[in-house]
Amino acid sequence: MFLQQLINGIMLGSVYALIALGYSMVYGVMKFINFAHGDVYMWGAFFGLLVARYTGPHFIVVLPLTMLLTGLLGMAVERVAYRPLRQAPRLVVTTSAIGMSIILSNLALLLIGSETFPLPKLLSERTYHIGNALINTTQILVLATALVLMAALSWFVNHSRYGKAIRAASEDRETAGLMGISMDQVVSVTFFVGSALAGAAGLLVGMYYDAVYSTMGFTAGLKAFTAAIIGGIGSIPGAMIGGVLLGVVENFGASVMSSYRDGIAFAVLILVLLFKPGGLFNAYIYQKRV
Amino acid sequence: MRGAKLLQYLILGLILVAVPLVVRSAYVMQILIMLAIYGILVLGLEIILGQTGLFSLGHAAFYGMGAYTSALLALRLGWPIWLAMIGAIVTSALFGAALGFPVLRLRGDYLAIATLGFGEIFRMVMNNWNSLTRGPMGLPGIPRPQLFGRPFDRTMYYYMVVIFFFIALFLAFHLCRSFLGRAFRAIRDDDDVAEFMGINITKYKILSFMIGGIFAGLAGSLLAHYITFISPDTFTYVDSEMLLAMVFLGGAGTVIGPVIGAVILVLFPEIFQFLVQWDMLVIGVIMVLVMIYRPQGIWAEDIRWPWARKADPALAAQGK
Repeated sequence: MFLQQLINGIMLGSVYALIALGYSMVYGVMKFINFAHGDVYMWGAFFGLLVARYTGPHFIVVLPLTMLLTGLLGMAVERVAYRPLRQAPRLVVTTSAIGMSIILSNLALLLIGSETFPLPKLLSERTYHIGNALINTTQILVLATALVLMAALSWFVNHSRYGKAIRAASEDRETAGLMGISMDQVVSVTFFVGSALAGAAGLLVGMYYDAVYSTMGFTAGLKAFTAAIIGGIGSIPGAMIGGVLLGVVENFGASVMSSYRDGIAFAVLILVLLFKPGGLFNAYIYQKRV
Repeated sequence: MRGAKLLQYLILGLILVAVPLVVRSAYVMQILIMLAIYGILVLGLEIILGQTGLFSLGHAAFYGMGAYTSALLALRLGWPIWLAMIGAIVTSALFGAALGFPVLRLRGDYLAIATLGFGEIFRMVMNNWNSLTRGPMGLPGIPRPQLFGRPFDRTMYYYMVVIFFFIALFLAFHLCRSFLGRAFRAIRDDDDVAEFMGINITKYKILSFMIGGIFAGLAGSLLAHYITFISPDTFTYVDSEMLLAMVFLGGAGTVIGPVIGAVILVLFPEIFQFLVQWDMLVIGVIMVLVMIYRPQGIWAEDIRWPWARKADPALAAQGK
C-alpha cells in the first residue's frame, strides 16, 4: 500500500512539476504569477485530444504537436494580455492575468462544452507488479515523458543561447536589456517553453485519468503553483522537486481523508507561504545560478 | 451649494422609494435587490483592496461565511433573523481577522493566491461537512424576515436592502475620510513608510480584513434570507474574481467607483441576454482591456464629470 501510494504520488507529482516549471520560469523573468497558466494547461489537454483525433493515436506524434500548439497559445496570451503592460505595476499585470484566465476557461466551456471527454488510448495498456504494488504502462509513460522533458529543459536553460538569455533576464531585467538581450524575445520564448510543458502535462494527465474537461485547469493550476512555491518560485530544480513532493504528500494525505484531497494541497500552499515563502531551497540562491 | 446637494439626495431618495410603486415587474425588483447586495459586498472589497491595497481573492468566502452563518442560526437554532444577521456579521468579521492574521506577511500576488486557497478551503469544508451544511445539496427553506407575523414580500425586502446599502455606503464614505481610511491608504501606498509614521500595520491590516468581512457578512446574510436557498456553489472563486473585476472596472481606491462597477457587471448579463453564456467571457475581456487602457478604472480621480466641474476649487481658481 505504501509503495503504491509512493508510485502514484511520484507519477502525479512529476506532472505537477511540469506545470510548475511554467509558473517558475515566468515568475523568474516577469516577476508575476501567471494566473492563466492553469487554463493554458487545460487547453493543452484539449489540443492533445484534437491532435489525437486527427493524426491517430501515436503518442510520439501527438506529444510534440500538442506542445507546439500549447506553446503558441501561451505566446499569444502573453502578446495580447501582458506585453502592453510591460512597464505597469505588478498587480495590474496580475489582474490582467486573472482576466485572461477567465477568458481561456470560458472559451473552452463555450467552444467545447462542459462534458468530460475520454482521450483515445495512445498506448496498449499493460500492468506490472512491483512487490505488491501495481504500475501500468501509462504511468510509466507519464513518468518517463516528464523526466525526459525536465532533462531537456535543464539542458535548454543551462546550455542554450536562449536559456542563457532567460537566466540573464531573471537575474536582472534592465542589465540584460543593456547587454543586448531583447526582452520581447526572451519573454516570448519563456512563455512558449513554459506553456509547451504545461501542454505536455495536460496530455499526460488526460491520458492517465482518461478524462479531459474544461474546468480541469483551476485546481491543477493552483496545485502546480503550490509545487513551485514549495521549491522556491523562480527556481527550476525547485519546481521539479516541489512537484514530486506535493504529489507524494497529497497521495498519502488523500489515503487518510479522501474528501479533502484538493484541500491538502491548498493547506500546504498556505503553510509554505506563511512559514517558508522562499521555498525549501531559498529561491534567491537558485535564481542566481539557474 | 449645500441646498442643491440636499435636493439631489432628496430626489434620489424619492426615486428609490417610488420605484416599487411604479415598477410592477418582479424581475426588475429582483435585479435591484441583487444590485444592492452586490453593492454592499463590493464596498467591503473596496476597503480591503482599494483602500488598504490587500489583493484578496477570497472575498466570496466572507460572503459565504455570512450567508451560511445566518442561514444556519435561523434554521438550526431558530434565532430571529435580526439576531442571525448580527451573528453573521460577527462571524464574518472574526473570519476576516482569522484570515488577516496569518496572511499579514504576504504581499501582492502571494496574498492573492493565499486568499484564493483560503476561499477554496472554505468551499470544500462547506461541501463536505454534511451533518451541518448538507454539503452540495445546500440549505433550502431559509426563512424570510417577518414584520407583525407576516414574512417580507419582495417590495419590503427591496426597502430593507436599499436602506442597508445606503448605511453601508455612508459608513464606507466616512470611514475613508476618517483616520482609519488615511491609515489604510498610507499602508496601501507604502507600508514601510506607513510604519515609520507610527501606524501599526498589523493592527490596521487585520482591521481592514475585519471591516471587509463585516460588509460581506451583511451582504451574505441579506442574500441568504432573500433567495432562501444557498449551496457551496454560490460562493466560488469565480464570484471572487467577479468582485475583483467590479472593483477594478469601477476604480479601486474610490468609494463610488466599485459600486458603479458592480452596477455595470450585474446589469450587463441582464441587458445583453442574447449573449447567453458568453457573459463571463466578456467580463474577462473587459478585465484585460481595463487593465491595458485604463488601469485606474472608470471612476478615477482624473475624470472631471460636467456636473462636478464647478465643485472643484482648483479648476475654479483657474477660471474654468
